[in-house]
Amino acid sequence: MTEQGIGAAVARREDRRFVTGQGHYTDDINRRGQTHACFVRSPHAHATLNGVDTEAAGAMPGVRGIFVGEDMAEVGPLICGWAITDVNGEPHRAPPHPALAIGKVNFVGDAVAVVIADTLEQAKDAAAAVEVDYGILDAVVDPATAAADGQIQIHETAPGNLSYEWAIGDRAAIDAAFEGAAHVTSLEFANNRLVPNAMEPRACIAEYEDGTGDYTLYLTSQNPHVHRLVMSAFHGLAPEHKLRVVAPDVGGGFGSKIFIYAEEVVLTWASRHVGRPIKWTAERTESFLTDCHGRDHVTEAELALDGDGKFLAMRVNTIANMGAYLSTFASAVPTYLYATLLAGQYTTGGIYCNVKAVFTNTVPVDAYRGAGRPEAAYVVERLVEAAAAETGRDPAELRKINFVPSDAFPYETPVVMQYDCGDFSGSMDQALDLAGYSGFQARRAESKAGGKLRGIGFSSYIEACGVAPSAAVGSLGAGVGLWESANVRFNPTGNVQLFTGCHSHGQGHETAFAQIVADKLGVPYEQVEVIHGDSAKIPFGMGTYGSRSAAVGGSAIVKAADKVIEKGRKIAAHALEASEDDIEFAGGNFTVTGTDKAMNIAEVAFTAYVPHNYPEGLEPGLDETAFYDPLNFSFPAGTHICEVEIDPETGSVSIEKYAAVDDFGVLINPLIVEGQVHGGIGQGVGQAMLEHAVYDGDGQLISGSYMDYTMPRADDVPSYDVGFNGVPSPLNPLGVKGCGEAGAIAAPAAVMNAVHDALREVGVSHIEMPATPLRVWQAIQDAA
Amino acid sequence: MTVSVSLTVNGEAVSADVESRTLLVQMLRENLGLTGTHVGCDTSQCGACVVHVNGDSVKACTLLAVQAEGADIKTIEGVADGDTLHPMQQAFHENHGLQCGFCTPGMIMSALDLVKNNPAPSEKEIREWLEGNLCRCTGYHNIVKSIDAGAAAMRG
Repeated sequence: MTEQGIGAAVARREDRRFVTGQGHYTDDINRRGQTHACFVRSPHAHATLNGVDTEAAGAMPGVRGIFVGEDMAEVGPLICGWAITDVNGEPHRAPPHPALAIGKVNFVGDAVAVVIADTLEQAKDAAAAVEVDYGILDAVVDPATAAADGQIQIHETAPGNLSYEWAIGDRAAIDAAFEGAAHVTSLEFANNRLVPNAMEPRACIAEYEDGTGDYTLYLTSQNPHVHRLVMSAFHGLAPEHKLRVVAPDVGGGFGSKIFIYAEEVVLTWASRHVGRPIKWTAERTESFLTDCHGRDHVTEAELALDGDGKFLAMRVNTIANMGAYLSTFASAVPTYLYATLLAGQYTTGGIYCNVKAVFTNTVPVDAYRGAGRPEAAYVVERLVEAAAAETGRDPAELRKINFVPSDAFPYETPVVMQYDCGDFSGSMDQALDLAGYSGFQARRAESKAGGKLRGIGFSSYIEACGVAPSAAVGSLGAGVGLWESANVRFNPTGNVQLFTGCHSHGQGHETAFAQIVADKLGVPYEQVEVIHGDSAKIPFGMGTYGSRSAAVGGSAIVKAADKVIEKGRKIAAHALEASEDDIEFAGGNFTVTGTDKAMNIAEVAFTAYVPHNYPEGLEPGLDETAFYDPLNFSFPAGTHICEVEIDPETGSVSIEKYAAVDDFGVLINPLIVEGQVHGGIGQGVGQAMLEHAVYDGDGQLISGSYMDYTMPRADDVPSYDVGFNGVPSPLNPLGVKGCGEAGAIAAPAAVMNAVHDALREVGVSHIEMPATPLRVWQAIQDAA
Repeated sequence: MTVSVSLTVNGEAVSADVESRTLLVQMLRENLGLTGTHVGCDTSQCGACVVHVNGDSVKACTLLAVQAEGADIKTIEGVADGDTLHPMQQAFHENHGLQCGFCTPGMIMSALDLVKNNPAPSEKEIREWLEGNLCRCTGYHNIVKSIDAGAAAMRG
């Protein structure tokens, strides 16, 4: 490890602009002649659209255009890019989602019209004057009953409000395994609906240049090329080569900025019609009403154990709420990112999972930090914890006797995943130490003496990251490849520009990726610049989500660096008058083996651009691009242990200790990785204790602002004890696994298992997330 | 109705003609181009817009620009000493107290007001003080650590 190479805890270079207020987020950008958009949104969850009167609004000051759905008929609807094949072999039902509603609105916040005016205030005033004639219909809100007989139908093309019923596993064989079980643990629970809430609201500025026919879209995007591809190929807004998408500094994403939303489609289309750049920035209320939500499952789950506590089989039935339409990757979340992880870290003999994806009159639901894997970890780890309590076993020991042993890798699970490597027991042991497990009973007794209830909860999660091998996901219905690109460009003076297809919106790529380049090419860290986010600058890339940037994007960087070294070897061999086979590369120097004849890579770069003494037939320049398609997912895993104390008088839950030991393989920058773990745990604690997107029976989001939706605040969460037990992945050149989602995947089960452990003593056997003081207090009263 | 507002921002006398409904944060961002002060919500909950008004931390979305007439405002752009980061900014950098950076200006402005009144805050006091600042990236762990380190550096 060099001082600023792979493994070094380098403080981030991007920080300076952010701590001095010099970041450039989309809303900070203003274009000459810029106008402003305000959307007219449905206040009803389900209604026919009988007419939109824009006459009065159109006459108001500053208004340059008002458009409704019919005006944009030439523009294709928003699409879902992952086609699920249902249990009958039929494709999922994905009713069209026009960017501006046509004929009908299907959730509160569905866009009906857009007003474009010279100032934002004028646009807002005019939007308030647009008159919409709604025919209000009853709404479908509860996912558990959305597909019931006689239910109101939302889409003509989705009978029974069902997008698909999908299943994995051999039902008959699993049923048979349950017949022979010594013990069966059965649970029913919901995985609460969440709002991602990146602190920067979504925003975009669309600009059309008549002289060239070029469109530029500044956008809060995690994947600018994916936006460009879909907006070109499916919406038909502009051919790809005439559409530039720029995702500048982006203030958090957590999945919510992956998707193609109505607003960017409308603005890009309208920018040509009004002949001016158009800006839109979501107000937080709009974020709540239009950003894709996450989770929202209703699940029945069972675990069959033999007399020794070994897991024989698991049976799971889940209803997944898709909201009003299928969003960009929504269909994959409760299927291939969920059911395929139900083996967890265990050697469970067989698994059957059935998923019904239903439509409701709510905001579309799609990937949110973890995406399917938090839901899977919650199913597995709640079952295991409950099984331990029911059979009188120590929860750590029950896990250990069922872990996939360290010598069993590669390990095929019953749900089509092949785990590459891991050390599940090692991580558990380390976590037990970090959590001070041996002293827990004493702490519990101390709490009890003070009238408090103390509990401890485990979560031995696993996730599939490094999204994803293209052929594999293609065979499962993905409409895209999930490789990544990197371009390593030396300049004649020896410094390097790295162009990556990944996008950093908090992950610190500008630092971590520069560390990879510095390490692999032996150039000083300070002389490596990382460029991302602008489709006009970077090679086509798939962006950042699914903990893929290091495992896939980082591997592409290594591949591009390898190409640079190979070409450099030829240049050095020529200059040093040696055979190419005799040139070694290390620490930035090409050396003739066994001699002191050497040439630094900066000199090689200069020679490549000033090729006066140069190998015959070799192209000038030192500028290499690589595309890397992973061989498999990567499988970060670990054990998180949470300890809570509950005041039975108030129902308030306090996290007293939170210990996490994770296997992310090789760490590129431990400082950044720890930060990712902290942030993920924070969101997971939020899900477990605070957050809930609640709709009333009419489909109104009643937790639709920070006054109502409880975001974790600094005094809601503890300091976290974080440790690592890295087993390098053999499947990618960096040995990395991905760290961005682990905390959000592990924490809900760890916290809720601790809450259940604490409440068991007072007879409470079940409590749903979020475990708010009211819920906890009520459960204690009900059990008394 | 347009009104003229004059105030001092980061030591410079400035004035702008704004609509009477304009919020201080809008004036800072739109009229004065000081885009380091961010807008993360519409209910005065998130704290991304915290600035100092006459030395005290204030959410700039809770004041109309006209209410700030004559005030002495400091924004995140006025915190560093030329090229040298303020110790609190430096502490956020060294302790990885930020990820996406969007909440960071508000966090730093808020932290500076805490430390002005309580030079050696405990972890509990830091967490309670930050009740009005939301961060979605860090889980707060490293923000708390940064403020502790920044306060120590300011004590010298």
